[in-house]
Amino acid sequence: MDQNTAEHHIVPIRVYVWVWVGLIALTGVTVGAKYADLNHMAIFAAILIATVKSTLVLLYFMHIRFEKPIFTVMILVLLLTYGIFIGLTFTDYSYR
Amino acid sequence: MSDKGTARNDASRAEGADASSATGADSHHVPGVVYDPVAVKIGMWLFLFTELLLFGTLFIVYGVYLHDFNWQFRLGSAALSIPIGTVNTVILLTSSLTMALSIAALQRADKKRSIGLMWITILFALAFLVIKSFEWAGKFEHGVYPGSDHLLELTKGENVFYGLYFTMTGLHALHVIIGIGLILFAMKRVAGERTTPERPLLLENTGLYWHLVDLIWIFLFPLFYLIS
Amino acid sequence: MEPKPIDNAAPDYIHAEKGLRSWLTTTDHKRIGLLYLGSILVFFLFAVGLGLLIRLELFAPGEQIMTNDGYNRVITLHGIAMIFLFIIPGIPAVFGNFLLPIQIGANDVMFPRLNLMSWYFYIGGGIFALCSVIIGGVDTGWTFYIPYSSDTSTNVFLPIMAAFILGWSSILTGLNFIATVHRMRAPGMKWFRMPLFVWSLYATAWIQILATPVVGITLILILLERMLGIGIFDPGQGGDPILFQHLFWIYSHPAVYIMVLPAMGVVSEVISVFCRKVIFGYKFVAYSSLAIAGIGSLVWAHHMFTSGMADVARVVFSLLTFIVAIPSAVKVFNWLATMYKGSIRVEPPFLFALAFIFLFSIGGFTGLLQGALSTDIHLHDTAFIVAHFHYTMLGGGGVMFFAAMYHWFPKMFGRMYNKKVAVTGWALFFVGFNCLYFPLFLAGLFGMPRRYADYLPEYTVYHRTSTIGSWIMVTGILLLVGNLLHAFFKGRKAEANPWGGSTLEWTIASPPPTHQFAEIPEITGGPYEYPDEVEGPDEVKDE
Repeated sequence: MDQNTAEHHIVPIRVYVWVWVGLIALTGVTVGAKYADLNHMAIFAAILIATVKSTLVLLYFMHIRFEKPIFTVMILVLLLTYGIFIGLTFTDYSYR
Repeated sequence: MSDKGTARNDASRAEGADASSATGADSHHVPGVVYDPVAVKIGMWLFLFTELLLFGTLFIVYGVYLHDFNWQFRLGSAALSIPIGTVNTVILLTSSLTMALSIAALQRADKKRSIGLMWITILFALAFLVIKSFEWAGKFEHGVYPGSDHLLELTKGENVFYGLYFTMTGLHALHVIIGIGLILFAMKRVAGERTTPERPLLLENTGLYWHLVDLIWIFLFPLFYLIS
Repeated sequence: MEPKPIDNAAPDYIHAEKGLRSWLTTTDHKRIGLLYLGSILVFFLFAVGLGLLIRLELFAPGEQIMTNDGYNRVITLHGIAMIFLFIIPGIPAVFGNFLLPIQIGANDVMFPRLNLMSWYFYIGGGIFALCSVIIGGVDTGWTFYIPYSSDTSTNVFLPIMAAFILGWSSILTGLNFIATVHRMRAPGMKWFRMPLFVWSLYATAWIQILATPVVGITLILILLERMLGIGIFDPGQGGDPILFQHLFWIYSHPAVYIMVLPAMGVVSEVISVFCRKVIFGYKFVAYSSLAIAGIGSLVWAHHMFTSGMADVARVVFSLLTFIVAIPSAVKVFNWLATMYKGSIRVEPPFLFALAFIFLFSIGGFTGLLQGALSTDIHLHDTAFIVAHFHYTMLGGGGVMFFAAMYHWFPKMFGRMYNKKVAVTGWALFFVGFNCLYFPLFLAGLFGMPRRYADYLPEYTVYHRTSTIGSWIMVTGILLLVGNLLHAFFKGRKAEANPWGGSTLEWTIASPPPTHQFAEIPEITGGPYEYPDEVEGPDEVKDE
C-alpha cells in the first residue's frame, strides 16, 4: 500500500515561518485596504485577500500541497458545492 | 518507508492500541485491516467539510443580509474595534504556526519541543478567548446583546448584523474551546508516547482541526470588522 | 471471481458472541446493520400507526378522532419519524452497513467504532423524538417553517435536537462509507467493477456529508431565535423567512436523493440477479448516481416557487428541476433494457423492483408537473404534493427497503421466508398503496389543501377511498414484516446463494461468519457475470 503521506515528506521549518510571515503581511494588507476607501470593492478585496490567506493555510499548514491528489479533488468538490449553494441562493436575492 | 508487500499481511500492525485508534479496528486480528493513515486523514477531512459547511451556511446568511442591508452592516461594523480584531487575528495565525511547528517537532522526534509548542498554542488560544470575552462584555455594557431592547431600537440591518456577530463569533469561540480540549488530549498522547513520529496521526488531525478554526476566523475578521 | 474457501468451522456473526452486551458494544458492521434494522422497523411501524390515525381523521369531513391542533401534531410527528427515522437512514444504515464491505471484498468499514457511534446517535435522536411525543408533540409540520416555529408554544426544542442528532448519525455513516470505498476495495476491485449498489451508496454518502450540515446549523438558528431572541429570520427584526426556506431545502431536497439513490442501487442489484444478466449500460447507471447527487443539489428552491422569491430564481430552479429527471430516466431505461431478453425469474424481490419502477415513475412524472412554474402555482400545498412525495419516497424508497429485506434476508439470517405470503403481502401493499395515494392526486388537483384536518364535502369520495386504501396497504405491510419475523424464527435453512447472484455477498455463507473473508479475495471480473454453463441456482422449495 502506498504510504506516501506527509510524514515521509518533512516540511522544512522555514516554510512554515515564511507562510506565517505571509499571513501576517496579508493581514496588514487587509486592514490597510479598509482605509484605502474602496467602497463597494471593499468586500471583494477583503474576500480576495482572505481567500489567498486561507489557500496558504490549506496548502502548507494543512499540508494539502504534499498530500495525495484525492484530497485536492475532494476540497474542490466541496468548494464547487458551496459556490453553487451561494450562487443559486443569489439568483433569488440579487433579483428581488 | 512502507513495504507494499508486507503491509497487507502484517497482522501484528493491526493489533496495537494505536492502530486500533487509527483504523478503528478491533483489538483482535481482522484479515485485511492494516494501519491506513490516508484513510484516517480522508475521514478527518470529510469531518472538516461538515464544519466548513456549517460555518459556510452562516456566511451565506451573512452574505444575503449584507446584500439587503449594506449600509446598516457597515454601521454595525464601524462599532467593532479594529485593533482588537487585528490582535486576535494575529494571535490565531501565530497559534496556527505553533501548532504546525509542534507537529514538525514530533516528526523530528523532539517530544519535548512538540509538547512545549502545544502549550504555547493553548496559551494563544486562551488569550484569544480572553480578548473576545472583553470585547463581548464591552458590547453588553452598551446594551448590545441578543434580545436586548437597545438592539431593537437600532435599524433592522444593525440588529441582524449584531445577531450574526454574536452567533458566528460565539460558535467560533466554542470551536476554539473544543480545540483547546483536543490539543490537551493530543498532548497527553504525545507525552505517553502513544502518538509517535511513526504514528503521528492524532496530532496531525488535531492540527487540522486547529487550522480550521483559524481558517474560519480569517474570513470572520474582515467581514465583521473591516467593512465600514 | 473465485470465492475463497469458506471457513465452515467459524460461527456465524449472529452466534459468534452471546449476550445483549456483545450486541450493544459490537463493531461488526453486520451486527450494526441488524441493530439498525430492529430500531428502524420499530420507528417505521410507529410512524405507520400515525399515518393510520391521519387517514382515520380524514375519513369524513369535520372532526373525527382529533382536533385540528391534534392533527397538526400528528402529521408533524409522522413526517419527522418517517423522514428522519425511517427513510433517510433506511437502506444505507441497514443494508449499506451490512453489504458495502462485503460487496467490495472487505471485512469491515474503515471506522467500525464510529459506525457503532452512528447507531447510538440514531437511538439518541429517536429518544428525543419520542420525548417530544410525550410532552405533547410539535405542530409546525416537519419543515419547521419560520416564523411559526419560533412563535409556537409547542415544544420545538426536542424534535429539532432529534433532527440535529440524527443528522450527525447520517454524516458519520456517509463519512465511513466514503473512506471505505476509497481505501478498502479488494485487490482488483476497480471502481468500475464495484456493484451498482456500492456506487449508489457512495453518491449518497457525498450528499450526506455536504448537505446535512446546512440544515443542522439552520435548525440551531431556530433554537437561537426562540431562546435568545436572535432574529436571524424574524421579519420584525429584519430577517427574511424565505432565507430559512432556502437553507432548509438546500438539505431537504438532496435528502430525498439520500432516500432514493440507495433504493435505485438495490433495483440494479435485484434486476441483475433475477434477469440473470449484467445491468445494461453499467457505466451510465454508475455515472447517473453521481449526476443525481450533483444535479439534485441544485434544485432545492422548487419547494419555494410560491414563497415570494424573485422570478429569475424561479425560472432557474424550474429549469434545473427538469434536468434532474434525466439521470433518473437513464436508470429506468437501462433497467428495462436489462430485462429485455433476460432470463427472468419472478421472485419477491423482483416484484418489489417492478413496483418501484411503476410507482417511482408516477412519482417522477408528477414531479415534473410540479416543476413547471405555472402548474405549481395551482398544485403547491395541495394533496397533489402529498401524493407525489409518497409515490416517490414510499413507492420508491420504502418499496426498495422491503425489496432489500426480501432479497438479503436469506443472506443475513440463513433462512428462507414463505414466498406465497410474501407475494400476498406485496399485492396487498401495491393495491392498497395506489388506492391510498392516487385519489390524493385528484383531490389536490381539485383544490384539497395539504395539512388540513377538515374539508368540504365534495372531497369526501377521494378521502374515503384513500383511507380504505390505507387499511389495505397496512395489512400488506404487516404481512410483509410478519412473514420475515416468522421466517427469522422458523424459516427453512437457506443456502449461500439461493438467488444465483454474482456479487461477493453470495460467495460467503448464509449467515456469514464475523470475518467474512478469511483471505481477502482477488477480483478479476465485473460484478454481474453469470456463467452460462452453470445450472440455475439451487431451488428452495416453496413452503
